[in-house]
Amino acid sequence: MNRERVLANVRRALGREPGQAIAPLPEPRIRIAQTALEDRLRTMRAAIARLTGKFYEAASPRDACRYVAEQLNGAEAVASNAPFLAECGITALPNVRAGWTDPAALREACARAPFGITCADFALADTATVVLLTSREESRLPSLLPPCHLAVIPRERILSGLDELLAREPLPVDSRSAMVLITGPSRTGDIEQILVRGVHGPGEIHLVVV
Amino acid sequence: MSAIFDERIRKVAAEPEVQRKVYAATGRLMEHRRHAVTETALPDYQELRAHAHELKKHTLEHLDHYLEQFAASVERNGGRVIFCDTGDEVEDFLIKLAGQRGARLLVKSKSMTSEEIDLNERLERHQLEAVETDLGEFIVQMTGERPYHIVAPAMHLSRYDVADLFTAKLGAPREEVIEEQTMIARRVLREKFLKADIGISGANFLVADSGAVVLVENEGNARLTTSAPRVHVAVAGIEKLIPRAQDLAVFLKLLGRSATGQALTSYSSILSGPRREGELDGPEEFYVVLLDGGRSRLLADADKRQSLFCIRCGACLNHCPVYRKIGGHSFPWVYSGPIGAIITPQFMGPFHEPGLPFASTLCGECAEVCPVKIDIPKILLELRAEVKEAETRAGANRLERLAFQVWAWAMTHPAVYEMGGLMAAAALAGQGGYVKELPGLINIGPVKAWASQRDVPAPAAQSFRDWWRQRRGGRA
Repeated sequence: MNRERVLANVRRALGREPGQAIAPLPEPRIRIAQTALEDRLRTMRAAIARLTGKFYEAASPRDACRYVAEQLNGAEAVASNAPFLAECGITALPNVRAGWTDPAALREACARAPFGITCADFALADTATVVLLTSREESRLPSLLPPCHLAVIPRERILSGLDELLAREPLPVDSRSAMVLITGPSRTGDIEQILVRGVHGPGEIHLVVV
Repeated sequence: MSAIFDERIRKVAAEPEVQRKVYAATGRLMEHRRHAVTETALPDYQELRAHAHELKKHTLEHLDHYLEQFAASVERNGGRVIFCDTGDEVEDFLIKLAGQRGARLLVKSKSMTSEEIDLNERLERHQLEAVETDLGEFIVQMTGERPYHIVAPAMHLSRYDVADLFTAKLGAPREEVIEEQTMIARRVLREKFLKADIGISGANFLVADSGAVVLVENEGNARLTTSAPRVHVAVAGIEKLIPRAQDLAVFLKLLGRSATGQALTSYSSILSGPRREGELDGPEEFYVVLLDGGRSRLLADADKRQSLFCIRCGACLNHCPVYRKIGGHSFPWVYSGPIGAIITPQFMGPFHEPGLPFASTLCGECAEVCPVKIDIPKILLELRAEVKEAETRAGANRLERLAFQVWAWAMTHPAVYEMGGLMAAAALAGQGGYVKELPGLINIGPVKAWASQRDVPAPAAQSFRDWWRQRRGGRA
């Protein structure tokens, strides 16, 4: 009822009939820069430094695991269900909890843990953005509630930028409830425009490229 | 200009401290934007603007089509779309939903659409607690004010104001360090997020082909609002539609850069509904409330329709010499600055604040920096004409009409004109370089208002006509 009323008002304003065909839509504007992986890594390293995030290029999955262990320094962490984190050995580290099946347990752990560990589905080199696609492997809260976010990125998933991501994922949320782009730490400038990190989300972010 | 608008402007003009804050804050935002859209930082900036303009134009010209497509996509994903004509209908829906779910506490992330309809006050009337979670909005909710600026809601307050407020309203020990104040807000709001029954967000974009709500933010409060509570309701205007997820490649780049100079804002969430099979978090229920609230009326004007292209970046506010002088709270409605000056009269009618379209220097900066190329100065001129026409219809402006008739008569009768000129020169003579105060006889009504802000150059000792006659006389 309301729906038909609102639509009727819109059509009247535009002088359109129900079901009337539309003019051709402008083509999507997607421009993909063709860059070598080494260049993308260099761009990403510079971009994350500007955002005060940390960047670590791990020589091997084992090296990534060592870096993560060093950051945790024995503290508690929530790791996502991504198989790659297990392959790296990260889920086997002491105090790292993984293998989530119960939503309530996951939520409670994320609210308490000082570290959240995720595995990026993609990363955007030009803006140092971590892309997470919500799934049974990757939940929303581990990258959000803990004060420090460690994002592990398999290097072949590093794309040049947003355009390449949307070319690969033209309908990014058709089979999942969310796609989140994370660019640097959580920040605010709402009091006197003084930049403060970690207002609601993590104040610290590490990109660990494997 | 109404008395209240005039009074608000005078109040700000008398507060150098507020002026300094607003001037400095908008200046910094201008600077950030300028660096982000240079030829090296974003070589295709102008192309992106042109494309964004075309996309918005196309979408609004076929808005009924995209609204239907959007609703079908949301429903396919297991969400629901609620179309509302007015704020009352939004209220009815939310109260009923809260009742059915036994909800008491609602967390909100920034939504200008909900400001339009005073949603918080409506919810409070039904004994529901609605907490704003964006730090700036959280602060202005406590002071009982409207957001001062679209992007920086608490721009007019200092750390000392915030310290007073937190002590008074949160019972926190007095804290003047901004980092610590932010952490107090984090602790208070974190608890609210985890306890809340419903999360209410706005939408930066609604994606028709995906049935998705897109939220762009820096703090993470929008992510929490839409991920922690069991129910997510997005409240947005019908004009927020874009056709495809792929169009975000254009809009996300422009929005972050124009607002704060960021290549991408910290978090962009593309949300398409309730958690899917196997997902462990995210809301179990997803609703999108689409508000018309006067927008379809505005759509009918093919030219001024572009006012609805706005993506709320705030760049026009930052660059506006009038906004920077009179601040966000002088404006008569929720939207301030140049965009507020064109949206407000179209939503609320020309008499809501007839002075608003005139409160502009028409310098054109707003159009220059607008990421979707809204021709704000042109629309301001059209709205000025509308105000005058409406006033004339209502029988006002008789004196003005008479004045211009006299003027036209004088201008077409050289002898009268010359006599008038001599009289004016005589009346204004002897005051030096500039006339600071007009003689009492003519310093009345609109002339007085005009002259109160301006010094008129004193007339020359000899008039042009006189000089011309002498010159010709000398030659002849």
